[in-house]
Amino acid sequence: MSTAIGSAKSLVDTAHGEISREIFVNKDLYQQELECIFGRAWLLVGHESQIPKSGDFFSSKMGEESVILTRDRAGKIHVFLNSCRHRGMKVCRYDEGNTTNFICPYHAWSYTTDGRLVGVQDYDNLYQPPFDKKEWGLVEVAQMENFHGSIWATWDKDAPSFADYLGEAAFGLAGALRAWDGTDGDTELLGSVQKWIVPNNWKFIAENFAGDNLHVVSHRSVEMVGIGPGDGGGRRDDYGEAKRAAYPNGHGIVYSLVPPRKTFVQYAASTVTSDYFQERWTKRLEKLGDRAGIFPLIGTIFPNMSFHGQQPRTLLVAHPRGCQETEMWRFYFVDKGAPAEVKEFLRRYYIRYSGPAGMTEQDDMENWNYASKASDGLIARRHPYNYKAGIGRGGKDDVIPGHVMDKGAPGTEQNPRALYKRWAEFMDAPSWAALKG
Amino acid sequence: MELSPDRLAYLSLMREIEDFFHAEADLLDERDYTKWLDLFTDDVRYWMPMRKNVAFDDLATRETTAENDIAWIDDDKATLEKRVRQLMTGIHWSEEPVSRVSHVVTNIRLVEPIHDLPEGATATVKCHFIVYRNRLESETDLLVGRREDTLRRVGHNLRITHRKILIEQSVLQAKNLTVFL
Repeated sequence: MSTAIGSAKSLVDTAHGEISREIFVNKDLYQQELECIFGRAWLLVGHESQIPKSGDFFSSKMGEESVILTRDRAGKIHVFLNSCRHRGMKVCRYDEGNTTNFICPYHAWSYTTDGRLVGVQDYDNLYQPPFDKKEWGLVEVAQMENFHGSIWATWDKDAPSFADYLGEAAFGLAGALRAWDGTDGDTELLGSVQKWIVPNNWKFIAENFAGDNLHVVSHRSVEMVGIGPGDGGGRRDDYGEAKRAAYPNGHGIVYSLVPPRKTFVQYAASTVTSDYFQERWTKRLEKLGDRAGIFPLIGTIFPNMSFHGQQPRTLLVAHPRGCQETEMWRFYFVDKGAPAEVKEFLRRYYIRYSGPAGMTEQDDMENWNYASKASDGLIARRHPYNYKAGIGRGGKDDVIPGHVMDKGAPGTEQNPRALYKRWAEFMDAPSWAALKG
Repeated sequence: MELSPDRLAYLSLMREIEDFFHAEADLLDERDYTKWLDLFTDDVRYWMPMRKNVAFDDLATRETTAENDIAWIDDDKATLEKRVRQLMTGIHWSEEPVSRVSHVVTNIRLVEPIHDLPEGATATVKCHFIVYRNRLESETDLLVGRREDTLRRVGHNLRITHRKILIEQSVLQAKNLTVFL
């Protein structure tokens, strides 16, 4: 498949680090992304802690489309397209709740939480011969995966398993989602999801969190003021040495490496919080040994899910809403077993850091906004962006999987390059069969 | 109609409160943030919960995010001061160059019709706000909502000791919240 303006590969020259602005501003390419990227890729839908009980639901999005994340009466998690099979009305217009059935307000078709069509007006009288209600249930995703509590789905039955889709990046995503002591499945969302609209192409967000160390300079104002959870300086506590890892599946993760020393003091502004994390650190050392000091700091799972794995701890989805508009959803999370006082301290720190009022995130959005807008002109489009930082640097690492760059070239743009290389492969491939090749 | 002393005292207090909020709006729109910070007590909570689309039966419990839930903003005085300091760095790019902002504060009323606010006492005041922001060329936001403020009498002055801000949006239609409400 080629794009409206030639092959995607011709727009993304990662060997020389030059990427056409068209991929950020061209409306035809955006339409193709909805099909080739968002119609195929594994996408984050939510977290199991949002729907702990049978009948619980959370309205989410996959690409531009509305979906329902729900837990059926048997406790099984499902993801459905939020659109009635009769005339398309949203069967759920609530952000969250608990229900026994999703009842369409238009003509009252009703569906169970496992997606079966159970209610049709005057069914016995009007439909002769009867149609098979089993074939008219809610449209369900082709594949779904619960990965350490985070729920992922794809519309493509030919997509590889989520484990294969992640490849070696699973190491980082799993690390981000585990409890601080390294235990699986012991994290939960810290309440509700922030949702807001930013006027830029979704890929600015994806590449930022994949690992763009050069943009740190844009956060100088918050660094000067200091919102950190320790002595109040900076944005975070010291997190050791950072290493950047790029993956052929398009994912990019920045790891922090803390020496596995006996004490690792964080969150010093709150004694209870600091003590909690020190105690967890001790358990982490026992559990993980030499690998205890490896923390996924930030990352992007291709195409549009990003995370903070250390300080703060968040999940982010950059839902596309158009070529120049994105809906950001930020989920915050904590150790399930953390004391209430610790969760309260983290909650306040997280939201002064991230979100539309976050003193760090605010400046990112200004940059994405006007970078996106200033690339839209006919003259601007003739000139590619420069992603040449660190070309040819990095390689295998003893500890971190992937193509790794250490402190020798922290500003490397290898992770965004990997993301756009995979983007072009998705856009040019006719199907998953070709992508797996 | 003859006004009773209590009625006169109530009107006088209301006038003082209205003046206070109008002066606050001017301080913000004139970017006199240092003086604006002085309007808050040191123990202030400046809280802006989020709103959700929920079923009728869930309105009371789930429509507005709870006190310990994620909010848009949940600041103490120290964090408010940091926001102001960030705005004054001149390199806080989301407000550099600065936005043009107008705060309209209206529907101001005392929840309890008291006629006196002695030293140390508090009163809850509700109001509505319409805040217009324009930045650079055509970027425009209209932030509309309601506030519930607790005012305390401190040394003859009114001071804000609790501010709850409810914006009438679930998905925030602005790219950021760099404007104080």
